[in-house]
Amino acid sequence: MTLKSTYSKAALLGFYRDMLLIRTLEERIGYLFLEGVISGTLHQSLGQEAVAVGVCSALNKDDVITSGHRPHGHAIAKGLDLTAFMMELFGKTGGCCGGKGGSMHVGDLSVGMIPSIAIVGANVPVGTGAGLTFKLKKEPRVAVCFTGDGGVAEGAFHEAVNIAAVWNLPVIYVIENNRYAASTHYSKNSKLEHLSDVAAAYGIPGVSIDGNDVLKVYETARDAVDRARNGGGPTILEAMTYRLIGHNRRDPCNYMPKAEREEAKANEPIKRFEDYLVSQDHISARDAEQMKLEIEALVEQSVQKAAGADDPLPEDALKDVYV
Amino acid sequence: MSTFEGTSKSMANQLSISQALREGLAEEMSRDPNVFCMGEDISIPGGWGGVFTVTLGLEEAYRDQLLDTPISELGYIGVAVGAAIMGMRPVVDVQYGDFLFLAMDQIVNQAAKMRYMSGGKTKVPIVIRAPVGATGRGAQHAQNLERFFVGVPGLKVVCPATAYDAKGLLKSAIRDDNPVMMFEHKLLYGSKGLGQATGAVDASSDIPEEDYTVPIGEGIVRRQGSDVTIIATLLMMHVAMNAAEELEAEGVKVEVIDPRSLSPFDWDLVEESVMKTTRVVIVEEGPKTGGWSAEIAASLGSKMSDYLSAPVVRIASPDIPVPFSPRMESYYRPNREDIKRAVLKLIE
Repeated sequence: MTLKSTYSKAALLGFYRDMLLIRTLEERIGYLFLEGVISGTLHQSLGQEAVAVGVCSALNKDDVITSGHRPHGHAIAKGLDLTAFMMELFGKTGGCCGGKGGSMHVGDLSVGMIPSIAIVGANVPVGTGAGLTFKLKKEPRVAVCFTGDGGVAEGAFHEAVNIAAVWNLPVIYVIENNRYAASTHYSKNSKLEHLSDVAAAYGIPGVSIDGNDVLKVYETARDAVDRARNGGGPTILEAMTYRLIGHNRRDPCNYMPKAEREEAKANEPIKRFEDYLVSQDHISARDAEQMKLEIEALVEQSVQKAAGADDPLPEDALKDVYV
Repeated sequence: MSTFEGTSKSMANQLSISQALREGLAEEMSRDPNVFCMGEDISIPGGWGGVFTVTLGLEEAYRDQLLDTPISELGYIGVAVGAAIMGMRPVVDVQYGDFLFLAMDQIVNQAAKMRYMSGGKTKVPIVIRAPVGATGRGAQHAQNLERFFVGVPGLKVVCPATAYDAKGLLKSAIRDDNPVMMFEHKLLYGSKGLGQATGAVDASSDIPEEDYTVPIGEGIVRRQGSDVTIIATLLMMHVAMNAAEELEAEGVKVEVIDPRSLSPFDWDLVEESVMKTTRVVIVEEGPKTGGWSAEIAASLGSKMSDYLSAPVVRIASPDIPVPFSPRMESYYRPNREDIKRAVLKLIE
């Protein structure tokens, strides 16, 4: 683990707990999907938890994030209510989007997350607009746009980052590089070795880091957030990570080389951080196990609440088109 | 061309559409600090105030509320959508409506759907102003874009044909919590200098001193008649008025309805007129196939079949891109003779 700062034990356990919560949640809803309880599709973030938790831990509650079609981790890390999240995936009226959004549109402005945008790259201009709002209103808030290695190939990404650079907006662009845009390796989407090198084209700072090191992600994000909050403008932060599961739940990942997958599993962020915490006596193996059980119970509670919640009426579909 | 509103004959505040829009923008920016304008070349010192001079002269007084953007329609319309979600009220100036295609995702997938996808918890109070109409600039600075947005749930579509309506609808659009597409015709602006157009039509109005709005979704009867109802917007409304005047001389009484909003549409006003005239002509600038007039015609055909004495007639452009040559462009745009011919045939 890279340690630039000193952390309280509570802070360290907080990172661990948040990552575990996302992992547990993703695993649970994966099964619910396979059982046919959750319909549609799921784009999950197993293996990418350190990016969501590291970045969101560097934000205030009133800072705003936007995410894409793989938003579960970001939503939970930003503080979206677990039950409201679960109910949304179940298509219930009590969901964070009233059951009209689903997995790819989770969000809640009251916790600082614009409902997710499932067109790759399209959330980047929208999040930039949040940054513009903070600048126009002279509020010391920042916006974060999470996108992937695939999103960097979209025109929306380039246009929005350029605007943020020219206008010096308080926005952090997090390229969560999980190596594959659906099934296409990022080397086929860009000729750059480090995707953060695009920053040079806009005259802003860019940095690529180990995205499976939660403390490194946190510290890098915090620096970018501090700079943005103090009028220093936008930053591009590429976090190298790996998608431990398929693009969606039905994807067998045959395009991922076996050796690469094995290496990624050995390098996955939660086990790495757990080993570190145990080695530094921040947590015992038994306490870690206890924490897992508590989180499983918490997730199960949200599943039960969602399963028992009211379904929308079919004609509720007609509401909420216009204000 | 006569003007349509105002009781004063003094012409005390006779404004063109571009002047009326400028007044409206200034008043709304003064009234609400969350209102701001963004677009290409809208407030460059020594510049144009937008291609059609709508924001000319506002650049000093409203320096903090006018944002000149890079040439990035997808980018800046997306930024405006994000700002609207966060509580601002952006008014986006698109140089030519044709450029909206660059930003279709942000308009159709984001602005229009965000409220719905969030289960009614988010709103996107954005106004997108875009000039339309064939005006000697060839195929890519000429299209009428209304047709592409009337079928998008979540968007409102307005198209003012007079300065009075331009200012009133602009104010309604800015104060509306939904995304509003506002289409303005290049030949109706009355812009001087850079934005001046050959073949321009006077759409100026006497603008009241006091604050007023024109409600979105409310059409207006421009001229009363009992024989045939013509539905037309923007430039075509003016052409239809000319045709109606000439038909009057031939003893044909034409009622001209300007819906002013295409979405929502003022069905009540049109249906009331159809009950009286039983005959309808819809005039639309733009290719006939898939035009907004098709939707109106189809709906009237089914809803008003008990009243119609003849099928609804549509006059629109041929299914071609807009040509450059003035002779060919005139052929493309529906004209007074087309309308007169259709009306006379309908009452045969």
